[in-house]
Amino acid sequence: MHRSFFAQNPSVLWVIATLAVFTVAVTLLSEVTGVDVISTSFVKTLGKTLCLCLIAIAMDVVWGYCGILSLGHFAFFGIGGYAIGMWLMYARTEVIVIESLAKQPIPATPSEISDAIGNQIFGVVGSSNFPWIWAFADSLILQLLMVILVPSLLALVFGWLAFRSRVTGVYLSILTQAMTLALALYLFQNDSGLRGNNGLSGLQNVPGYGNVSQATISILFFVASAIALGAGYLLFAWIVSGKMGSVVKGIRDNEARVRFLGYHVESYKLFIFTVTAIVAGIAGALYYPQAGIINPGEVAPIASIYLAVWVAIGGRGRLYGAVIGAAFVSLLSSWFTGGGAPNINLGFYVIQWTDWWLVLLGLSFVAITLFFPKGIGGLFDLLVRKQS
Amino acid sequence: MSMLLEVSGVSVTFDGFRAINNLSINFAKTELRAIIGPNGAGKTTFMDIVTGKTKPDEGRVIWGDRNISLLGMSESQIAREGIGRKFQQPTVFEAQTVRQNLAIALKTPRGPFAVLWHKKTKSNGALIEAVAEQIGLSDSLTRVAGELSHGQKQWLEIGMLLAQKPRLMLVDEPAAGMTAEEREKTTDILKEAAKTRAVVVVEHDMEFVRRLNCKVTVLHEGSVLAEGSLDHVTSNQTVIDVYLGRANA
Amino acid sequence: MFRFISLALALALAQLLTAPVGATAQSLQNILQTHQDEVLKPGRRTVSVVLDDLVASGLPQALPFLEAWRDREIVQRTSDGLFFRATGEGASFILRDLDTDVALDGAEQLDMKEARPNGGVRRAIGDALVQFRLSDPDIAKRQSAVEAIARSMEASQLALLVGSIETEADPAMKKVKIRLAGMLGALFADTIAARITAIEGLTGDLSVDVRGALNTVLTSTPQVSMALPEDANIAAVLAIGEDISAVEAYDRLVSADLAPTLILNNDIHTALVANIQGDAVGGVPVAALDTDAARQVAYDTLAADGIVLARVTPDAQAQAVAAHIFYLQYSETNPAITDVARKVLTAIETKVAVNQSIDLGLDALSLASIYFLAAIGLAITFGVMGVINMAHGEFIMMGAYTGFVVQQFVVDYTLSILIALPLAFAITFGAGVAMERLVIRHLYHRPLETLLATFGISIALQQLAKNIFGTQARPLTSPDWLDGALVFNDVVAISYIRIVIFVLALIFLFLILYVLKRTRLGLEVRAVTQNPGMAASMGINPDRINMLTFGLGSGIAGTAGVAIGLYAKVTSEMGADYIVQSFMTVVVGGVGNVWGTLAGASLIGFLQKGIEWLNPSNTLAAQTYMILFIILFIQFRPKGIVALKGRMAAD
Repeated sequence: MHRSFFAQNPSVLWVIATLAVFTVAVTLLSEVTGVDVISTSFVKTLGKTLCLCLIAIAMDVVWGYCGILSLGHFAFFGIGGYAIGMWLMYARTEVIVIESLAKQPIPATPSEISDAIGNQIFGVVGSSNFPWIWAFADSLILQLLMVILVPSLLALVFGWLAFRSRVTGVYLSILTQAMTLALALYLFQNDSGLRGNNGLSGLQNVPGYGNVSQATISILFFVASAIALGAGYLLFAWIVSGKMGSVVKGIRDNEARVRFLGYHVESYKLFIFTVTAIVAGIAGALYYPQAGIINPGEVAPIASIYLAVWVAIGGRGRLYGAVIGAAFVSLLSSWFTGGGAPNINLGFYVIQWTDWWLVLLGLSFVAITLFFPKGIGGLFDLLVRKQS
Repeated sequence: MSMLLEVSGVSVTFDGFRAINNLSINFAKTELRAIIGPNGAGKTTFMDIVTGKTKPDEGRVIWGDRNISLLGMSESQIAREGIGRKFQQPTVFEAQTVRQNLAIALKTPRGPFAVLWHKKTKSNGALIEAVAEQIGLSDSLTRVAGELSHGQKQWLEIGMLLAQKPRLMLVDEPAAGMTAEEREKTTDILKEAAKTRAVVVVEHDMEFVRRLNCKVTVLHEGSVLAEGSLDHVTSNQTVIDVYLGRANA
Repeated sequence: MFRFISLALALALAQLLTAPVGATAQSLQNILQTHQDEVLKPGRRTVSVVLDDLVASGLPQALPFLEAWRDREIVQRTSDGLFFRATGEGASFILRDLDTDVALDGAEQLDMKEARPNGGVRRAIGDALVQFRLSDPDIAKRQSAVEAIARSMEASQLALLVGSIETEADPAMKKVKIRLAGMLGALFADTIAARITAIEGLTGDLSVDVRGALNTVLTSTPQVSMALPEDANIAAVLAIGEDISAVEAYDRLVSADLAPTLILNNDIHTALVANIQGDAVGGVPVAALDTDAARQVAYDTLAADGIVLARVTPDAQAQAVAAHIFYLQYSETNPAITDVARKVLTAIETKVAVNQSIDLGLDALSLASIYFLAAIGLAITFGVMGVINMAHGEFIMMGAYTGFVVQQFVVDYTLSILIALPLAFAITFGAGVAMERLVIRHLYHRPLETLLATFGISIALQQLAKNIFGTQARPLTSPDWLDGALVFNDVVAISYIRIVIFVLALIFLFLILYVLKRTRLGLEVRAVTQNPGMAASMGINPDRINMLTFGLGSGIAGTAGVAIGLYAKVTSEMGADYIVQSFMTVVVGGVGNVWGTLAGASLIGFLQKGIEWLNPSNTLAAQTYMILFIILFIQFRPKGIVALKGRMAAD
């Protein structure tokens, strides 16, 4: 990154600096340093929120900048989670199985170990054989590769098909939603090879670090999430700031014009769709070890629509808007649904926020779309304009 | 072959309606040509066919020195071959500055990765400024295109075509919605551009065509009705009938 | 022997039922008194005398007596030798008069002798009972007797059943009896010729019990031997690797004691653990036993010392399998019978397959109707107006809940549904108009934002419904006359509720076509859709038309909700279940065209049922594949099945 990049995009520096200060502050105030102002579970919540911010900026690039309202990016997020979850579950079960087999009078053979692991993992769906998609589950490196490879391949194939036949606008949105639904339905099956409805669990335990406390692990993941968010922010800021950004915004505003200028619009859309899918996959791979469990419900189409809601509330077409939207809405949501918000007594009726939060969210979302199409991020414009 | 573009025997049908009917038309490497014709004569469809937006049912479209057919090519490939198109409605990127608009159009590698690693250079900057000078928007380079007047947007779009360095410019109604003064300037820009390339102007406004002072092709019901100087075609009885007949209807 | 008795009984009974009533002055007690010994201590031979007399008497109280006799409830009073029925024990011990069924007072003090029919006699009594019931004047009792026989078919029932056919007055019941007699005959008739005739008589009968009877005839057991026995009725010879795997074949040899048991890895493990000496077993150090090969070496050493059984080598295994022939042998020894049964069964199964595909077609049709109902409102708001309404599913839900609420006040289900249909239309029409005025009107030409704003409304409405009605499913009860199904034959049937939904779908289709094509509103809608500016200049108010169109689409969704609620459970999430499918229905069919929606719904409905048929255990997979198909379909026909043509479509 040369100087002019930051000079042209001062907001990037601000965001990175804020993120760094925030990360250091949370680490210092956590259980790890003994200060213990921020509980381990809240550190996890914050870490998960950072991952949601990461997928939100990916969504902002694909929607806010490129004009593709993808209702499928949470599918990539889920795939990333499943990919890392497979290794976490396999490796941890392997540790447990080897431990218990060691108590036998004679040492176990490789096939005995693998059978026992299979039984442990797939017993819930009435099977003990490893499905082929678990072929690389024993290798962290390969599964990490899957986090990137599978979303990118899916995005490439799906995107190529969709963009090639010039499916645009709401049709594309519906098509991406159908893709997500198909994936969720597939995962719900018991013979999907991914434990059906049960999903993958126990992901918070990192194999080989059994004696490291959750407090430390949570901080490690929190810091990793912060670094990933920072890196993702820089990457996307770089992509959308230069000529690439110009072309991509051009595609959003007037696809035909870009095409008649000689740009192969489909390649650009595919590039943006795939890159953001990969980032979504990485975000998912960081999110689910902090959540501890992933199941097919996470991939359901509604999750991807919520993602769009966050970006819209934060403000489309500006990366920091997506970060603000995702952090604001997801934290607010857990505050309301977690019972943190005080109930309102109207005398004749008590508004319990656990019941009414979604009504509030839905209606405020309508209001934002109608009255503040630029979202929360739009407020910064007013601020900047006042100063100048 | 000295022709730049040869369209021969092209027909296209929409839902039983023959929009283009056995159309044949040629353009030299450097010329200024006006295409006129009543509504529904097939002017816009003709442009759609040349630029790859519409696939004809039959006929040939042969391009350039290597005599390649444009029919199997996509819009972007045709554009890269050197055919630029300006739409009826001004279509510029309203959210971006004039400079950015021209920079996108500039003839540089079009692949996503080339664009991703693209670096600004002095020579490109000079090119942008030269085009801006030509279209009279030198002072507006940092302005957002959406803020420009209607006429300025038309010029910007013509400027984007020029920055593309095309060998053939297809210009659809460049003078629509312009003041007399602006039209004059547009005429100058187009005439200047036609010195080094072929410029095809589709226009309704006879005054404007007269000012272009070039060869005129009259389209009617999807094929060429008459060709020649404006005076020549306007004295042609069938042309008069077509226009008057339309006017009476 | 019993068959003879039963047959005699059957004949006697037949006479009894046809004979004029006249000799009934006698009482049951009188008959029993003439056969005191036979009643008290019936023998296999002697019992028939009593049964004959009872049948001849034609007394209605003979039936409960026979039941009581069989169940060992008949006692004799020692003092006067009269018979009674005894129930209960201790304080609740009651004697009842056999003729009048009146309970006796102070019965517990009396001295009683119990009638004790043995097993054979009780069976004879049972046959007589069946006989009684098969010819009972009450058709319901005959029905239950026939059903009892069909449940557990036995050889002895054949003659009884046959005997009752001739006198059967009810033609439908007669048919049932003849069918059942055919099945019994196929299984139990005396002669081979009779059985073959009976089996052939079953040709073309699709019912499950006929197929069951034929399958019983064709029961086969897996056998293994060195050579194929010549006298056996062989069903099939099994090819190793095709019909039966080598492992299964060897297992069969082991269970037939024709080969030594395989030593599995588990067995080796157990044997090694049992024979560890110090830190080695069979000469191999324990620590080195972490591969199968090392374990086998150790085990073989143990086997050589005679401590454990030797392993069967793969070669020996293959040789043993190759040396034997594996086949299926019919339990029925006569090949003529199995041949004809197989032929008849094959023919029936072909016919069943044809009928199953017809049934599948009906299923698909009703699924298509449901998709059509769910999507048709959307075809108007999305297809005609181009407005994406993510809350469309919630309008369906609102309609269904309207039906539920109406049923809380109007108890008559037919009436309540008739009220609910227009009421649901009115409510969702109002909601649609409100939504159009407040939200959608401000977002025209911003389709993606419309999508998100209506999604906001969707989650708010869903949660609101959850807050009001709770999370559990609410029933929307259909009227009684909609229960049951229209049955064509044993395979093809369609429930009335599905027929109603199909009819509703048709009504909606024609209603909408009528409104769009034949009314002033429809004309104005089409005008506004094609060119709002021109329409406005001709005095049509586009705002008003958009509002009405949106209301119409929403109202239809609400009405459809009532219909869908009858078929599926009413929950706050029911709308979400249909929204993606509805959009796909409209997109696949072709936007802006009601016929397209019909085509889309049909395609999706038939496709889903078709895929489900290929993989019946897994409806989730069917849905997954269907969506993948749709995604691919849209690649090749982006404009849907019924595409708009011309320059409009090219843009």
